[in-house]
Amino acid sequence: MVLITPDMEQKISFKLNGKTTVITTDPNQTLLWVLRNQLGLTGTKYGCGTGFCGSCTVLVNKEATRSCMLPVTDVEGKEVITIEGLGKGSRLHPLQQAFIDNDALQCGFCTPGMIMTAAAMLLKNPSVSREDIVKGLDENLCRCGAHPRIIDAVETAAKQMKGGK
Amino acid sequence: MRKNEITDAGTGKEKSSGMKRRSFVKILGGGIFVFFQPWDLSGIKDAALPQARSLTKDYNAFLHIAPDGTVSCITGKVELGQGIITSLAQVMADDLNVPMEKVKMVMGDTDLCPYDAGTWGSLTIRQFGPAMRAATAEAKGVLLDLASAQLGVPASRLEVKDGIVYDQQSPGKKVSYGQLAKGRKLEKYLDVKPSPEDYKLFSVIGKPLKRTDSRLKVTGEAKYTGDLTLPGMVYARILRPPSHFAKLRSVDFSGAEAVEGTQVLRDGDFIAVINVNKEKADEAVVKINAEYDFSEPNVNDETCYDRMTGADSGVNVMSSGGDLEAGRKLSDKLFESEFRDPYVAHAPIETHTALARMEGDKLTVWASTQTPFGLQDALASELKMPLEKVRVIAPFVGGGFGGKIAFQQGVEAARLTILAKKPVMLVWTREEEFFYDTFHPAGVYRIKSGIDNSGMIKYWDYKVFYGGTRGSEVIYDVPNFRRSSYSQKKGAAPIHPVLTGAWRAPNANSNAFARESQIDIMAAAAGIDPLEFRLKNLKDEKMIGCLKALAEKAGYVPAKGPSGRGFGISCGTDAGTWVAMLAEVNVDKNTGQIKVVKVTCSQDMGMCVNPHGTVMQIEGCVMMGLGYTLTEETLFEGGNVKTRGFDAYEIPRFSWMPKIETVIIDKMDQPPQGGGEPAIILVGASVANAVFDATGARLYRMPMTPARVLEALKMV
Repeated sequence: MVLITPDMEQKISFKLNGKTTVITTDPNQTLLWVLRNQLGLTGTKYGCGTGFCGSCTVLVNKEATRSCMLPVTDVEGKEVITIEGLGKGSRLHPLQQAFIDNDALQCGFCTPGMIMTAAAMLLKNPSVSREDIVKGLDENLCRCGAHPRIIDAVETAAKQMKGGK
Repeated sequence: MRKNEITDAGTGKEKSSGMKRRSFVKILGGGIFVFFQPWDLSGIKDAALPQARSLTKDYNAFLHIAPDGTVSCITGKVELGQGIITSLAQVMADDLNVPMEKVKMVMGDTDLCPYDAGTWGSLTIRQFGPAMRAATAEAKGVLLDLASAQLGVPASRLEVKDGIVYDQQSPGKKVSYGQLAKGRKLEKYLDVKPSPEDYKLFSVIGKPLKRTDSRLKVTGEAKYTGDLTLPGMVYARILRPPSHFAKLRSVDFSGAEAVEGTQVLRDGDFIAVINVNKEKADEAVVKINAEYDFSEPNVNDETCYDRMTGADSGVNVMSSGGDLEAGRKLSDKLFESEFRDPYVAHAPIETHTALARMEGDKLTVWASTQTPFGLQDALASELKMPLEKVRVIAPFVGGGFGGKIAFQQGVEAARLTILAKKPVMLVWTREEEFFYDTFHPAGVYRIKSGIDNSGMIKYWDYKVFYGGTRGSEVIYDVPNFRRSSYSQKKGAAPIHPVLTGAWRAPNANSNAFARESQIDIMAAAAGIDPLEFRLKNLKDEKMIGCLKALAEKAGYVPAKGPSGRGFGISCGTDAGTWVAMLAEVNVDKNTGQIKVVKVTCSQDMGMCVNPHGTVMQIEGCVMMGLGYTLTEETLFEGGNVKTRGFDAYEIPRFSWMPKIETVIIDKMDQPPQGGGEPAIILVGASVANAVFDATGARLYRMPMTPARVLEALKMV
């Protein structure tokens, strides 16, 4: 007979897209699948599960983080922002608008990860150069070949955000 | 354009083409239907029964105006990122005078959409646009006729704004499209053969279109298959063999069953675990203890090429002219080269994914697929279910590139939902994606050629071994030539140890690499600038035009190779388009690293309907092309694919991005041709020629890894 020991569920509280969130969950999961399955935030994508493609990128305490590699317990007490929480209500974040304006996407699957990685970059350094953008996005993969447009979009957004300040 | 009469669907009068009423008409209920045929139907006409089964043999898309005023375009095509979801809706809104929010695209649903063979090839707005406009004009004509009758006003006096038809003389007299469609069921059938006039009309409204799906995609709202959820849904992971040739000998599930909430499903060798918790399923599947028997073919990524050339193959002469032996004798210099090209993966960022559900005796499968109807056929046949009990829906697809023409995951999810008796979500892991991909086939390309003392090509003997022949045309004016293809003999063991299939411009990449490298080799031996050598040996005016436009755009100064500048030229044709490309590279002679600094591309694609879209497609081709050129190679031993992650199989990155310049030759008086693939065919060839120009080293094998560059440098 096989003995099944139920795993202990654990309570985790953190700030998610601006709201205090408390969940009870299997602590052996990664943030990615808790976001997608338990919290219904499917904008954060599974692309490789090993941190190589960047499509699962979210902000954890303003740092771009690969949610497929992050145990959900690690966000305890921290602030998580996903693509769904980047804009303010129905108002898009300048990066989101710039991606639309520059046609910086095709299939769109890598897009949330691109935008979240760029958002963290711009939080750290609002005066990024084109070279900085290329370097900052180099670990994010796009297969459609939207690269030139994505760089244009981030550059546009960076200029706008600086101008707005 | 032949216009057909309005037929009242209520009479059930069938078209002579063998059309039968189908469920979508039932589902959509009443309204006005305009059927048309925007896509190339050749694939359907050749298809065997039951593929060519449906009523939509002749009409594979239609417009529907619903009683609530919603205007829908219904097509079995799928949105993969190529943007048809946008162009079609915008054209419809413009032509019918309805607001964009009243326009709905219904795509890739086998219950709602007429039969379509699949979304592939470079079939873009150029083909859909004119057919769509004709259908829209037809629909508008019907609506105006109906309004005229209802309002008692001649149609000539009617205007439409925001979906409301009104009398110009007394605007109070009005009726909406929705009201006109109410209580009616009208069907119209259009036979449209777009003429250049249609293209011109289309180009007038062909203003730069911003994607309508962008907002959904930048906010994370866009739903791909893996984002869907159903009550009671579980995640599945399938037990996979370590090799394509491994046979399951024994299996022990106890470890997997000990993982909380896990259920093991089995149907013969098809074994899977399911769990509500995705990562518990991941945990459980690796705890299955399975043993295998192996009968591996003795082949790997190094030996596969000799295996191809040494095999007892069937030979097909694709074309020939003149006399090869005479050509040899006329040549003062002879050349013989062998080029190699590996198995290349599609590697879309979204892995193959499917969600399956049984409700009573009806199966529904949502799948990331380029071929919803192909999957429907496969499901019906594998599960022995009637076609009408199987529905396939393709939501947004996260990249296809030909790889999602294959739909194994959809069949697997369906089998699992039947075993599990609950909805099953199957998301292939990245490892599974790289293992079960239908790779671009590896191949060997052998060329014997010769030139006379004036640098004219006299002789061209071209052989393709197992690699595919698209784009293998000679293109140059050679009096004595032959093109042969070597492939598997009937009944022989398969030469490819992995599955193979279509890729972006499948094998046109390989053929252009081989041909254009050989041309460059001959130009250098003749001591003639490679551009000049090409122009000298070409008679094709379009190709000459492309090369000249390229040289002008890039400010090319002739010099015989290797000039040390790192410039590489190539040219070719694909999807009806003529294309030429100049790559500029730096080669680090110590590390063997190639950096592509700049790519200039010229295209003669007939009328360019959307210059903005064309430039984007060229950029995409150049970026994706750098992958097969520099890094992408599937490594394997027997049936074991070793490159199963983005660490081992490297695809292009931002830091590789060269400066990209394009010139589209003005041919607005000619029908438009393909734009999605042509530029990708020349990236390998141009870079190989540029490496030679920079260093004198000739690369005969893709990808041009630093190790291979260093090896080639030793031969200089």
